[in-house]
Amino acid sequence: MTPGTLILIVLALAAIGYFTGKRRAIQTAKRDGRKLHSLPSYYGESVALFTAVPALLLLGAWLFVQPVMIENSIIGQIPESSVPEGGAKSLVMVDVRRIAEGLNLIIAEGRLNEEDISDMRADFIDVRSRLAEVGVALGSNVEPVVFQAAKEYRDLDLAGNLARDIVVLLTALLIGIWAFWRIRPTMRARNISETFVKALLIGASLVAILTTVGIVGSLLFESLQFFRLYPASEFYFSTEWNPQFRGGSDFGFLPLLWGTLYVSFVALLVAVPIGLMIAIYLAEYAGSRLRSFAKPAIEILAGIPTIVYGLFALITVGPFLRDWIAQPLGLGNSSSSVMTAGLVMGIMLIPFISSLSDDIINSVPQAMRDGSYGLGATQSETVRQVILPAALPGIVGAFLLAASRAIGETMIVVLGAGAAARLDLNPFEAMTTVTVKIVSQLTGDTEFASPETLVAFALGLTLFVFTLSLNVLALYIVRKYREQYE
Amino acid sequence: MTDFPADQSAASGASGRSLLKVGERTRKRNAAEKRFRMMGLAAVIFGILALFGLMASILSNGLSSFTQTYIALDVYLDPEVLDKGGNRAPEDLGRITTFTIQPLIKAAVQDLIDETGVSAEGVNANDAFELISKEAPAELRRFVLNNPDQIGETVSFDLLASGRIDGYYKGRVTMESAALDRNISPEQLDLADRLKTEGVLETRFNWSFFTAPDASDTRPEAAGLGVAILGSAYMMLIVLVLALPIGVAASIYLEEFAPQNRFTDLIEVNIANLAAVPSIVFGILGLAIFINFAGLPQSAPIVGALVLTLMTLPTVIIATRAALKAVPPSIRDAALGVGASKMQAIFHHVLPLAAPGILTGAIIGLAQALGETAPLLLIGMVAFVREYPAAPPEGFFDPASALPVQVYNWTQRGDPAFVERASGAIIVLLVFLLIMNAVAILLRRRFERRW
Repeated sequence: MTPGTLILIVLALAAIGYFTGKRRAIQTAKRDGRKLHSLPSYYGESVALFTAVPALLLLGAWLFVQPVMIENSIIGQIPESSVPEGGAKSLVMVDVRRIAEGLNLIIAEGRLNEEDISDMRADFIDVRSRLAEVGVALGSNVEPVVFQAAKEYRDLDLAGNLARDIVVLLTALLIGIWAFWRIRPTMRARNISETFVKALLIGASLVAILTTVGIVGSLLFESLQFFRLYPASEFYFSTEWNPQFRGGSDFGFLPLLWGTLYVSFVALLVAVPIGLMIAIYLAEYAGSRLRSFAKPAIEILAGIPTIVYGLFALITVGPFLRDWIAQPLGLGNSSSSVMTAGLVMGIMLIPFISSLSDDIINSVPQAMRDGSYGLGATQSETVRQVILPAALPGIVGAFLLAASRAIGETMIVVLGAGAAARLDLNPFEAMTTVTVKIVSQLTGDTEFASPETLVAFALGLTLFVFTLSLNVLALYIVRKYREQYE
Repeated sequence: MTDFPADQSAASGASGRSLLKVGERTRKRNAAEKRFRMMGLAAVIFGILALFGLMASILSNGLSSFTQTYIALDVYLDPEVLDKGGNRAPEDLGRITTFTIQPLIKAAVQDLIDETGVSAEGVNANDAFELISKEAPAELRRFVLNNPDQIGETVSFDLLASGRIDGYYKGRVTMESAALDRNISPEQLDLADRLKTEGVLETRFNWSFFTAPDASDTRPEAAGLGVAILGSAYMMLIVLVLALPIGVAASIYLEEFAPQNRFTDLIEVNIANLAAVPSIVFGILGLAIFINFAGLPQSAPIVGALVLTLMTLPTVIIATRAALKAVPPSIRDAALGVGASKMQAIFHHVLPLAAPGILTGAIIGLAQALGETAPLLLIGMVAFVREYPAAPPEGFFDPASALPVQVYNWTQRGDPAFVERASGAIIVLLVFLLIMNAVAILLRRRFERRW
């Protein structure tokens, strides 16, 4: 039984529970609704909830735990001798899983039956070609030990699945029947089912905490593994970034940090003045016709996915900057550069800055503007000398939020900034950022336990801490500012 | 009104300044005012121009991907070549390779040239064969396997022209560039032109761009978005099914039930921070937890959807809470007053009234998730996937691609024809986003209630 059908069966049981529970409530009250504590549907609901929820939770936990447990028991059986040179046991496990999958396919297609499989021995039969027939390609011939492990894996998996189906269905049935039998007219069914629902609501809001725990936990755990293989001081203070596939890599964080900050700086240099001026112009000067056209247009920019900006940088802005500015001035020949990525990222951040500043400028009390005009100041003087100082904390907050966005932005820099880790001042050179390197270290077929892969987690952790502190700081400033005028 | 001379009090007699004459200082101030205004206008114009520039760049590069050049060819499906045994048995037909089919197409091309008499000097049958996409033998093979009874007959096919020929009619390849190109020669382009006048070669709407799977590096003309669109659709389905109930449930708890205490604060801070975590960090989470720890398959829509769900949750929660807050307390009070429990008041009265706002927020969250790329790169969705995922629910675990990832994938290929494809894919993506946002705006307009 697949988990999908299992879920459907449990839900069907819950539906049956609902109707029988409702009927039983009415019957026990001798068809007199006044004798019941709650509406009959609440009796049904309580049975349905007790039938479905514990069983589904159990199923979820089972799906999570079973593969881990089976893997642990199989991985112990694989002798060191069958692990290929320079490989890891986890790679052998991949083969084991594929073979097991292939055996399942062979049976599903009716080529062999269960008995043939249990008699099958890798020393006598060409397992590889048999598996290739059902579309499972293996890199090398199958060793008898590995094949034995795969058979065991399959057996354990099948047994586990059977146990899962039985246990889940039994849970649903037993708890459901218990909930059904305890229905009495005096039972406070509404309170029970409402408490149950409330527990579900709390559970849903815990997802946010679980996500944070998951992020922090996975980043910390893998980063610690990395720092065990590679000294942290060298990671944070070395200026050499040079990953090698055959070990002996240098992971100096500084060139990446420099590229990240440089690109973000260019982006903010574009976005902050323009975004701020747009907010000021639309709030203080623009007529309603211009505003009703310009505001949605700028907001559309905010809804465009970053991959679109990335492509724009790659095919339009990059070549344009190279052919018209960098090459004539002799500054470089690369179409991907800090300038390309920074400029496009700046455009992406314009609506972000302008909508945040718009809120802030609008929340400056009208009385302050009126006071300034009353003293004879012009509109621009009012903006510069009254509104902006009053809105400054909010604008700083917006600036920090935009900086955090710029630092964490990925697709624009992947397509626009290049991949060369270098410390350079020339903005028309290709440089690289933290996010680009996370992508390049984690895509492609690298072995998971090597420092070349694990470094991405250390980069991710640093990035996370960086953006988080910027956000916390920004929210703190904005909140403090809000209190002033409300 | 404010450009009125501000220093009129000083403008009397002694200094020789007059109310009627604009003083030096006033002129300066008014000029500064004008400059400031111009700067503001320039900023607005820059923003709008950036939007138009972006759109123009994508459209001009991508619109051509919706048309494609085809060559009509009558191919004789020679039984001598395709089915030596003569029994049409599926096992024997399964051994047909694209190599065995190539000569059939070559022969057909030769026939075509002989028949129409368009042969050009310096172009032999081999060169003419190169006008046809490398995908064509595979297409023929599929046809033969599906229709074994047609073997021995002459069947007319509309075969894809090669990427260079297609590019020639879209302005990407010119006679000059062809002279320098190893893959195509000016003579071949000449032949293509003659075929076009014969009506054999024609350019028309490219349906397969929406339905075909991705194709390898050397055949951009065959690459399509089918798998990516399907993968994105699967992910959006799961995101909707997971993020909407969880987000609504969490918002109801936080907005209506949660007591003011440390624990609630902790949840609120968490949600605010999750909204600001860089998307790539969610990708790392997906890789570490869902793939490495839970053992879910790489490149599967289910993993992408779980990651995107976690990313979308803050958006849904923020929108839902705003919608719940907008329902006036009098509704709750009235329900409680006639004896409803708190849960009944919320589920029977507040929630239905807040539904349009919640749906709007959910659609906007979905639109964000649809365009998200970075986390999907990390969970292996960049893999080259040619097989369509199966029907749900099994298909959720099959490898698939996603629209934005397909765009990234194509930008990494060498052939310039893929830039056109990538831009075309972006147009498809933007059209989907436009539809979703339009639906959200319509929902808001139609059902929003002002209290």
